[in-house]
Amino acid sequence: MAIEATGLVKHFDETTALAGLDLHVPTGTVLGMLGPNGAGKTTAVRILATLLRPDAGSARVAGIDVLDEPARVRSRIGLTGQFAAVDEHLTGHENVVMIGRLAGLDKSSARERAADLLARFELADAADRPARNYSGGMRRRLDLAASLTTSPEVVFLDEPTTGLDPASRLGLWDVIREVVAHGTTVLLTTQYLEEADVLADEILVIDHGREIARGTANQLKADVGGETVTVEIVDDARMDDAHAALATVTRDEVFVDRARSRLSFPAHGDSSRLAATVRALDDADIAVADLAMRRPSLDDVFLSLTGRTASDAADGSDDPPGGDARNDPNGATDTESIDA
Amino acid sequence: MSATSTTTGSATANVARHHQGTLLRDTPIIAHRNLLRVVRQPQIAIFVVIQPIMFVLLFRYVFGNAIPIPGFDYVQYLMPGIIVQTLVFGSAVTAIGITEDLKAGIIDRFRALPMASGAVMSGRVIADMAINTVSLVVMVAVGYAVGFRVTTSVWEAALAVALLAGLAMAFSWISAVIGLAVKEPEAAQSAGFIWLFPLTFVSSVFVPTAGMPAPLRYFAEHVNPVTHVANAARALTVDGYLCGTQVCTNPWPEVWWSLVWIVGITAVFLPLSIRMWRNLT
Repeated sequence: MAIEATGLVKHFDETTALAGLDLHVPTGTVLGMLGPNGAGKTTAVRILATLLRPDAGSARVAGIDVLDEPARVRSRIGLTGQFAAVDEHLTGHENVVMIGRLAGLDKSSARERAADLLARFELADAADRPARNYSGGMRRRLDLAASLTTSPEVVFLDEPTTGLDPASRLGLWDVIREVVAHGTTVLLTTQYLEEADVLADEILVIDHGREIARGTANQLKADVGGETVTVEIVDDARMDDAHAALATVTRDEVFVDRARSRLSFPAHGDSSRLAATVRALDDADIAVADLAMRRPSLDDVFLSLTGRTASDAADGSDDPPGGDARNDPNGATDTESIDA
Repeated sequence: MSATSTTTGSATANVARHHQGTLLRDTPIIAHRNLLRVVRQPQIAIFVVIQPIMFVLLFRYVFGNAIPIPGFDYVQYLMPGIIVQTLVFGSAVTAIGITEDLKAGIIDRFRALPMASGAVMSGRVIADMAINTVSLVVMVAVGYAVGFRVTTSVWEAALAVALLAGLAMAFSWISAVIGLAVKEPEAAQSAGFIWLFPLTFVSSVFVPTAGMPAPLRYFAEHVNPVTHVANAARALTVDGYLCGTQVCTNPWPEVWWSLVWIVGITAVFLPLSIRMWRNLT
């Protein structure tokens, strides 16, 4: 186990940030810790990264007790915080060299390593510009490069893509995948269901400082239920007609989402319902924008576990997601689309 | 990732696994980083260079004619004092720098590294002393341009500079504690004024203390470290300072008091700031 924590508890004044959290991350795997703002994700990361002492519980990172020997833990971890912790008046190269030096490298190895990392994260051209001139995505990549200077055994990525535009998020995902491919153990926290789905081997859903679900993305989705047939129509004035048409195809209740002109019902593993749905809508002369067999998204998982969607729970977050998982047709939700 | 960088990666990993930073190794790295930041921010250069020049000229030519100092040419009395004042005010940048780091989140990064826990503070204080030294050189140069002359030996003048640097360092440690306590740059700025103004004005820096009401005069003459250092600096550079209404020339009592204060302040505030740093959350 690269990360092992039991019964972590942390209170801040009146609020309980962690209420007895357990964590087990096998070496070389990625744990996605998923939850809305205030769920306790950052508190957990700060405890494991030796920045904060828990009120109760114990934790080992890379086999070393974080409470007994924090200094030894620090030589084996990398931390990328929620807000890119780079010095904006230093150049990208100077930032990475400084971190390398502080982690124990001599001057020439630190420089060599910085050049390597900056090239790997596509920052070579910007290496000699002050970080304040970097875009948000570049800063996060620089932040990540800095935390990888010493090839740490365990890397904490605390909401690495919060506030980034969709293109930068995809770019950062590629970088994270590469880090993982080299055998580094990663604890990733995120508010984006899609992100955990794409990057993590196992997902831990937390809310109010405690675990509410754990498993692979597929297991979590299976817990919620099977596939649905989902239809999005062009003219939302015809939602009621569409509802009536679909009622001829299924005996289950049809779920109507007027905000997104979307209707859905359980497929029960029967893909012939797709064809039946096409015929029913065609007969009723309703134009279809999208029609798909859809596996439940992690947002559905969160909804069924907490009664709220993750985005509702995270309301008040100052950085709304650049591409909301539910609205992103190219997102991670597994779909078998047919052209409508 | 190429084969070469993989090699570098595992090599660096092996170094890092066993590394524990020391104060001696990490302090210059942090000081270098802080000085790079200063060089990249021209507005700080204004603070370091222009402000001392302005103060010297204002006091020399505006107040200088209005404040008679018995036994002294005002420029001779003024220059050591104004250097002390500038260095004392310069210590406020320590608090501001620390709060800016706290806000930017880079402190978290430092705290998660295997570095010596006092290095972020000591690197900051040493960089601030380097900046203060630049101010000092600028002021001595401007002082010479407006008629200031050192009338003592090189060794005495060097001891004066050492005391000034010592005071700047001691006050930087106070400032570090303030920065760690208030945590916000704006608060650090105003907190600086609350303690620095009384300390520099209720002292012998600008005017003779003999004219002050009794309690203030007692504080200015016998308590305030700023007075002791200013008087010591005067005795060591212009061969005399005002003790009451007399001109005293023996520097040693004021030198010893200055040293007591510098060592005392540092002994309290250096460990306190490092303890506060360790207890950050």
